[in-house]
Amino acid sequence: MISALGKDKAVRIFLTITASTSLVVVGLIFLFLGKEAFPFILDPGLHKLVSTNWNPVSFQEEAFGIIPLITGSLLVTFLATLFAVPFGVAGAVYISEIASPVEREFLKPFIELLAGIPSVVIGFFGLMILAPFVKETFNLPTGLTALTGALLLALMAVPTIITVSEDAIQSVPTSFKSASFALGATRLQTLIRVTIPAALSGITAAVMLGMGRVVGETMAVMMVTGNAAIITGNPFGSVRTMTATIAAEMGEVPFGSEHYRALFWVGIVLLIATFLLNFVAIQVMKKYREAT
Amino acid sequence: MLENEEIKIVVENLNVYYGETHALKDINIKIPARKSTALIGPSGCGKSTFLRTLDRMNDVIEGIGIKGSVTLDNEDIYKSDMDVVTLRKRVGMVFQKSNPFPKSIFDNIAYGPRIHGLKNKSQLTEIVEKSLRRASLWEEVKDRLDKNALGLSGGQQQRLCIARALAVDPEVLLMDEPASALDPIATSNIEDLIDELKQDYTIVIVTHNMQQAARVSDYTAFFFMGELIEFGATESLFTRPSIKKTEDYITGRFG
Repeated sequence: MISALGKDKAVRIFLTITASTSLVVVGLIFLFLGKEAFPFILDPGLHKLVSTNWNPVSFQEEAFGIIPLITGSLLVTFLATLFAVPFGVAGAVYISEIASPVEREFLKPFIELLAGIPSVVIGFFGLMILAPFVKETFNLPTGLTALTGALLLALMAVPTIITVSEDAIQSVPTSFKSASFALGATRLQTLIRVTIPAALSGITAAVMLGMGRVVGETMAVMMVTGNAAIITGNPFGSVRTMTATIAAEMGEVPFGSEHYRALFWVGIVLLIATFLLNFVAIQVMKKYREAT
Repeated sequence: MLENEEIKIVVENLNVYYGETHALKDINIKIPARKSTALIGPSGCGKSTFLRTLDRMNDVIEGIGIKGSVTLDNEDIYKSDMDVVTLRKRVGMVFQKSNPFPKSIFDNIAYGPRIHGLKNKSQLTEIVEKSLRRASLWEEVKDRLDKNALGLSGGQQQRLCIARALAVDPEVLLMDEPASALDPIATSNIEDLIDELKQDYTIVIVTHNMQQAARVSDYTAFFFMGELIEFGATESLFTRPSIKKTEDYITGRFG
């Protein structure tokens, strides 16, 4: 027979171990990435990464400039966020504040379903339907552009943004809204001046989570962005993202080669980007929470 | 009774239903202008529901049915082309639990005037000061108008909510147990304030606390099970109730 106190202690230890696992795993990932990437610093040197040319397989001179990959990811992420945020937030507002209970019951499962579609399926849809559509609409030589990728990614980020924002909007206390109505505010005024500002920290978190999904998404972008490692700000140009580069090249690269190590550097940059995004999100939420 | 009073609100044959529940039954009452009228009665007697029919805050509840008439200065507030925004500007409300917005003290008070279209900064500043003074809060907060209102104490928050309601210059002030969540000192502040405000505003206050009703009101209405049992001058209702049920309630035999 174990005493109640002993049981308490055992549960405590078990939970501590479980909770620290994630910390250990993150640490190990950093360690592993660092270990594989480190030799690149000695030979051929980090300056090789700071170049505008990514051409890792070449008979003349191999180039490992990751700048075009970074700008590619930035462009696609920026455009996707631009599309996804208004749709996501407006959708969340509609579902939580305007839709009737029947509509809500109908809409929510569909949005959750959209979030669950495998990205390769979405990529397939993008390749077969969206890319030709973009090509024709904008009269381009190819439909495989940054814009196509961004539209697809927006489609994938919208459900996340809707679901998380909706929770935030729902959790705004009714007493705020009552106070606003009692002063003679209309529904729209209440929404814009009270409800949305009060839910802003949650909405920010939602947007950051959506962006996180966009930055890390691989399959769909690889299929539709054209994968040309070019520095461009043109939404109608082809780009190559960091994720797509790793996914496309890791399978064929000789183990331990410079190319192999360069890909790990891409991974490190990606990881740092995601960390920064989360860090900013947490700071924004903290700041807002202090203000309230 | 009420002979010498100017009448602000007239309620006739008011019935309110929540789905199948008959929440208010045939209420007839005249509320005098610039006096304070207390609504008392046990929990669930319909006093809060009644209060909310006076600024149509019940409208949003699903499945509610309201019959009868409520007039404010002889204008039926339930007529089909009634402008609810204007109504609520004229009839302000203070809630049981203080509910300042998560904004600065200034923005809380300025909220009402702003949504009604006032943008002029100096006019807003003037209204904010006047409203806070009116709610006896100015001296305590004048140096931190830009600080978040949620940092105030409970009693201060409730006075802020009163100031916020006053900022749109209402004629009637509805209060739903405004002091029930406050400590005795804060409660006494609010009661003093009500006493002052009734010189300029028609006040209708729901309260659980009979001593409070006796202290702050000129007239008292006793509700029980959705009916208005007795309505009269506070002093006579508390000393010489004419109906047995009122007497039982105010002497604490039930409730």
